[in-house]
Amino acid sequence: MSNSVAIAATAAPVSGPGTVIVIGVTSAIARALAGEFAKHGHDLIVASRDIEETNAIATDLSVRHNVKVISKYFEAEIFGTHATFVDECIRDANGSLDGVVIGFGFMDEQSVAEAKFEVARRTIDVNVTATISVCEKFATQFETTRRGFIIGISSVAGDRGRQTNYIYGASKAAMTTYLQGLRNRLFKSGVHVLTVKPGFVDTKMTFGLPLPGPLVATPEAAARAIYNANEAKKNTAYVPWFWRYIMLIIGSIPEFQFKKMKL
Amino acid sequence: MPAHVKQKIAGWGGWPRVECAVFRPEKRRGIADVLANGEQPHYIARGLGRSYGDVAVNPGGGVINTTRLNRMIAFDENAGVLECEAGVSLEEILETFVPRGWFLPVTPGTKFVTVGGAIANDVHGKNHHIDGTFGEHVDRITLLTPTGSIITCSPKQNEDVFWATVGGIGLTGIILTATIRLQRITSAYIKVDYRQCTNLDALLAAIRETDDKYKYSVAWVDCIAKGAKLGRSVLMSGDHVAANELPSQYGHALSIPHKSKKNVPFNLPGFLLNPLSIGAFNKLFYAVHPSKQGQITDYDKYFYPLDAIHNWNRGYGKNGFAQYQATFPHDGVEGLVKLLEKLSASGRASFLAVLKRMGPGSKGLLSHPIDGWTLTLDIPVKDGIVQFLNESDELVAQYNGRLYTAKDSCTRPEVFAAMYPRIKEFKAIKAKLDPAGKLSSRLARRCGIVEGPVEP
Ligand SMILES: Cc1cc2nc3c(=O)[nH]c(=O)nc-3n(C[C@H](O)[C@H](O)[C@H](O)COP(=O)(O)OP(=O)(O)OC[C@H]3O[C@@H](n4cnc5c(N)ncnc54)[C@H](O)[C@@H]3O)c2cc1C
Ligand SMILES: NC(=O)c1ccc[n+]([C@@H]2O[C@H](COP(=O)([O-])OP(=O)(O)OC[C@H]3O[C@@H](n4cnc5c(N)ncnc54)[C@H](OP(=O)(O)O)[C@@H]3O)[C@@H](O)[C@H]2O)c1
Repeated sequence: MSNSVAIAATAAPVSGPGTVIVIGVTSAIARALAGEFAKHGHDLIVASRDIEETNAIATDLSVRHNVKVISKYFEAEIFGTHATFVDECIRDANGSLDGVVIGFGFMDEQSVAEAKFEVARRTIDVNVTATISVCEKFATQFETTRRGFIIGISSVAGDRGRQTNYIYGASKAAMTTYLQGLRNRLFKSGVHVLTVKPGFVDTKMTFGLPLPGPLVATPEAAARAIYNANEAKKNTAYVPWFWRYIMLIIGSIPEFQFKKMKL
Repeated sequence: MPAHVKQKIAGWGGWPRVECAVFRPEKRRGIADVLANGEQPHYIARGLGRSYGDVAVNPGGGVINTTRLNRMIAFDENAGVLECEAGVSLEEILETFVPRGWFLPVTPGTKFVTVGGAIANDVHGKNHHIDGTFGEHVDRITLLTPTGSIITCSPKQNEDVFWATVGGIGLTGIILTATIRLQRITSAYIKVDYRQCTNLDALLAAIRETDDKYKYSVAWVDCIAKGAKLGRSVLMSGDHVAANELPSQYGHALSIPHKSKKNVPFNLPGFLLNPLSIGAFNKLFYAVHPSKQGQITDYDKYFYPLDAIHNWNRGYGKNGFAQYQATFPHDGVEGLVKLLEKLSASGRASFLAVLKRMGPGSKGLLSHPIDGWTLTLDIPVKDGIVQFLNESDELVAQYNGRLYTAKDSCTRPEVFAAMYPRIKEFKAIKAKLDPAGKLSSRLARRCGIVEGPVEP
């Protein structure tokens, strides 16, 4: 363990803010997080499957923050395109790559995911398979350069399976476990992995759901918390912070009782 | 199908509160998709919901929240010209451009307002007597018309559509983007001169005498004071401080101290605000603002004192309140006096009354300001409020004054038409742009701008 710490401490020095890649930037959380990085002087590469919107977001970020922003097309479900996508990101970052944010994700109503296998499968494909596909490629790069961070946006839904969203929950549990292992592997290379577990954030994923107002964070507040957690090299960040305690309570209910509950 | 949520929503005054189908597109195409889908009989755009009354609610129809379409598109650093989507807030513009030496050309008393909302109500600020309305600083608008086409309009191109849209309360189309001219500043600070005035006559005289010397001017008026003290007030006149005039203790001239925000987490019991407590507040305000010159304050404190307390509107309790803003032409000053007398006699105390001299109006067909005097006050919702406001409306109309769409919640069609004589021209352009009547709001129906029952 002390050995690893020493290795981590000798990781390549970083000179000023470099480039951060935000994938799935049409998510309001990811867009706001891109804005946090830009505000702190990072250049950006932003990507999503909607190139028109990605361009609009890229222009906005560069007008607001006077940083360089490149936009790219990214489709999570066409795995064969990922290698070229990652190579191009690395090339365009031009040696200044600081880290990557996995902001894409997919959720449909539980009842739909139960009834339609293709929806269940898409949930896994986007949240798990695509995350692994992309992160493995960046991990290899970061291992060679011995610097970088990976921020994965998982969910509190992965902490415990509930009848109301266990298919999405299962995908997020897999994502959380994956990021945990990746963190363990990359630690010795000085590469940081942050698992973000949002509770409720006011985005198009949750718009219209009957959520308890006071528990819902704005995307901007969530982004600030994520940025700070990454700066502080936190491993897991519940966003907002109080969700750690909500999930602690939910997690502590014995299964024989939990299975009878409606949550 | 574009997802909507049924919500009970209201303007900033919390009254009236009605159920609407709320859409919140996050992509540029989203608005057109909602309109084209046509699942609701009609729609209205809504920005940050800072209008007090019912101008951005639409019972029995759709409400399109534009706040997620808030991307900036281009900024010309030399000319200070910003192109942005209509959902960008004035707060975002200030945050981005004050540090670069640019300020809003015109700002209302809150920065939590969208560019779309500022254009649609053609808002005015403390510099109206010098700089006119927000719409007069707009170079260009791209408008999604109700039939689904996107047109560009400006004071030179599609001029009629432009001046119907400026102040057009969302009824001509959905503003997608706007190009606005910011003004140069060298510091983020304002120097303010305070002048106490013992009554209304003294105040009007002070404003007439000093207004042209200041870019910004507004007076706080004590509505409780009666008789000889009627109109007891503090006139606050200000100008931007030049960087080289700013004492060094303020640090970097273009940045201001960060403030923590206070919040009113829930509706306070209505009885907290009663004539006694408001009277006490008003006395206190007068006492702590003796006449003094050259007070330096940052732009946030000067322009947006209420923004420091989030959800301050909940202070009026769950019944909400109406805001009432009436503007009288110069020869209607008597109406202003009568309105103040009526209010102070009614016991429907106002927490905040603000008086300002307005300059000439803009070309906006339904734009509010006219050369004269404008008085703004809050009136808590209590029994008899509708009758009280309708009586006040009659009084305002009698003196050729008019009420402001951003604040209004009760005005009747005959009265509105009398106040806004260009309504006929507006209706003609609206009919051309929106033959099927796809854009409508509670206010539009209530004031007879658009046909249909006020509520379903
Ligand atoms: C504390 C406070 C102080 C204020 N001070 C002033 C003041 O000094 N001067 C002043 O003039 N006003 C003032 N106001 C009123 C406020 O400036 C206006 O009501 C403004 O229009 C609110 O903008 P909004 O984004 O909240 O729009 P909303 O209130 O949500 O909507 C207002 C109107 O704009 C339309 N609209 C919004 N977006 C679009 C769009 N994209 N396309 C077409 N139509 C659109 C809506 O349909 C509606 O008709 C104040 C309000 C508050 C709460
Ligand atoms: N909002 C919450 O309360 C909450 C709570 C816990 C976790 N999260 C997680 O936070 C992340 C961001 O979500 P959000 O709330 O901001 O919602 P969102 O706007 O729906 O974001 C999801 C993002 O993923 C993208 N995406 C989905 N499928 C894709 C595909 N096949 N290929 C490429 N991109 C794809 C979406 O692109 P399009 O814009 O093109 O659809 C969008 O950018 C997600 O991982 C979500 O699970 C959110």
